[in-house]
Amino acid sequence: MSNTSNTVDYGSAIREGFAYLLSQHDDVIAFGQGLWSPWYVGNSMTNLDVEFGKDRVIDSPVSELACTGASLGAALCGLKPVVIHPRVDFFVLAIDQLVNQAAKWNHMFGGDEKVPLTVRAIINRGGEQGAQHSQSLASWFAHIPGLRVVMPSTPTDARDLLIAGVLCNDPVLYIDDRWCYDREEELAPVCELDLTKEGPQRRREGSDLTLVGYSYCAWQCEQAAEELAHQGIECDVFDLRVLNPLHLDDIFSSVSKTGKLVIAEGDWGPCGIGSEVIAKCAEHGVVFTEPPIRLSLPDCPAPTSRPLEEAYYLSVIDIVDSANTLFKVDCIEK
Amino acid sequence: MNTPTPSTSRPESLAPENAVIEIAKSGTHGTLGALADPSSHAHVCDLTGFIPADTRRMLERMIRIRLAEECIAMHVKSGEIKCPCHLGIGQEATAVGTCFRLSNKDRCFGAHRSHSHYLALNAPLDGLMCEVLGKEDGCSKGMGGSMHIISKEHGLYGTVPIVGATIPIAVGAGLALKHAKTDGVAVSFLGDGACEEGVFHESLNLASAHNVPVIFVVENNLFSSHLHISLRQPDDRIARFAEAHHIKHQTIDGNDVTHVTKVMDTALKKAREERKPFLIEAVTYRWRGHVGHREDNDVGVARSKDLAIWKQRDPIKRLSESILAENHMTKDEVETLWDEIRNEVTCSWENAETADFPKHSSLLDRVWCSSE
Repeated sequence: MSNTSNTVDYGSAIREGFAYLLSQHDDVIAFGQGLWSPWYVGNSMTNLDVEFGKDRVIDSPVSELACTGASLGAALCGLKPVVIHPRVDFFVLAIDQLVNQAAKWNHMFGGDEKVPLTVRAIINRGGEQGAQHSQSLASWFAHIPGLRVVMPSTPTDARDLLIAGVLCNDPVLYIDDRWCYDREEELAPVCELDLTKEGPQRRREGSDLTLVGYSYCAWQCEQAAEELAHQGIECDVFDLRVLNPLHLDDIFSSVSKTGKLVIAEGDWGPCGIGSEVIAKCAEHGVVFTEPPIRLSLPDCPAPTSRPLEEAYYLSVIDIVDSANTLFKVDCIEK
Repeated sequence: MNTPTPSTSRPESLAPENAVIEIAKSGTHGTLGALADPSSHAHVCDLTGFIPADTRRMLERMIRIRLAEECIAMHVKSGEIKCPCHLGIGQEATAVGTCFRLSNKDRCFGAHRSHSHYLALNAPLDGLMCEVLGKEDGCSKGMGGSMHIISKEHGLYGTVPIVGATIPIAVGAGLALKHAKTDGVAVSFLGDGACEEGVFHESLNLASAHNVPVIFVVENNLFSSHLHISLRQPDDRIARFAEAHHIKHQTIDGNDVTHVTKVMDTALKKAREERKPFLIEAVTYRWRGHVGHREDNDVGVARSKDLAIWKQRDPIKRLSESILAENHMTKDEVETLWDEIRNEVTCSWENAETADFPKHSSLLDRVWCSSE
């Protein structure tokens, strides 16, 4: 929970987003496993069922596929459902309904359909939970035409992109990372954003290096930029926020200015978001003065044993060290 | 027949392979008994409770499905239709009977073999003919083909070929109707093959636990693609799954349109008034192969002997005979109806042939529901 009355943590901000949606929009329902539990989804939905009724905040059977399909059916028939999967890994059981059905529904039925379905899947990794309790898989989903993929890194985005996603007529996959839940900031009053207009945001301005991340890694990039600033390297830091469709104009401009790019992601590298950003920069004709760097997870499933887990996940220091390799010559000259 | 040697690769709960094929041929395996026996249930329909206008409408819709699909079959054969077409010829009574009392406040979802549901809901024939040809005037603007058809103004909210996919979607539609406090119901059309998908169990469980007004209409035509149900399930009666989930159910002769209609009335009462699910298992038989125009394309298990007998259970013939016997229509009136619909189908097909294809420039237009 928040330390002071002015700041709100990421988990509570998600709850604020749900409270706003449920109070302002009668057609919003939340459906998924653990919604009546005090711990299953962290602090992100505490007592919403008490406040808004168990017929709108529905704890579901252990049936990821049917519950996601039922949420799609409800979305096709007038509601704006959010189906919640407390772990991305378990959501894999329900992929047909998002990838084969929801994402294609409008296209294959001629273009007059509305599919206001939001799937919220939570990354809940670390703590020796291992290979099937840790995955992001964001780049899988960002591959799919017709599916908007949203990954907030700040409490404000955690609240406002949730609201924007639920109010959007496209199917939206909203992925939040439990490692972000302690991040705090002051929240402005809710603003209903149009998700189709949202894309990467610059979190810090600098002219030496472009640092790009999303979700927890965007926060790490901001922390790395602070450290790099102490070393005299000023970073342009971007938080991608929306992974599909990916709008990169600001990043093209930034890399054209800095000539250097480091992209950090909490997912595997091959065919990943980092690859996509670098490919799009290259296609756009952006000139790199140093080869771009992709920081991603090692190409193996998440381990359980603590020392291996420490080696597996990306740290702020990893980002700082990688950035520094791009400035070796400059540093020597200085 | 000699006692066959059990195959070691088959589970013990299933009959030995040779025996199963024999049973499949005779159609009497499992607890469906006479309902699955092609030589049984060829009697006329009981018209009690139906006025002549009702039975005429039933006959008209069944004939429209039959002739439309025969027309489609002919043009699949000629190569004019390229998209995969799964025909429901022989199964018309289940579609017409279950859709007979539905209205546009209800929400139906189908699967790969759903031309019959579309036409049974009285959606326009032109939209179907254009769609199977991929034309802009199709019910899905030429973007769906035979397997993705829709007509929301007639209550058909979508059909898709991923087996079982619309079962939970229909449950969600039922949840939305309940939330909206209407008395509308959701209807999920599925086949016996879809009952082997895990999502069927998940969906029945969800519908029952949450008292969802959804009617599961299982068209048990005894085959999934080429494979008889006896080679796929330990019993041929699908309603056993409803029992496991405490869902009221009825297993019926799916080729008797008035009986299907009456049972659907019971299901609708349960769903509309008590807001609870119901499962109808309609035993029927398709006259064509799994996909395409041919009768004999299903390899693996011989169907030809049974098919000839099943044609004696022709749902259209049975209703026609009842209508004539009960003087709901004269022989001339029935023949005129066939002629009128034959003409309607021909006109609709000719219209579809000359309709426009979607423009190349529209390829990316329908990816997003919101404007990009």
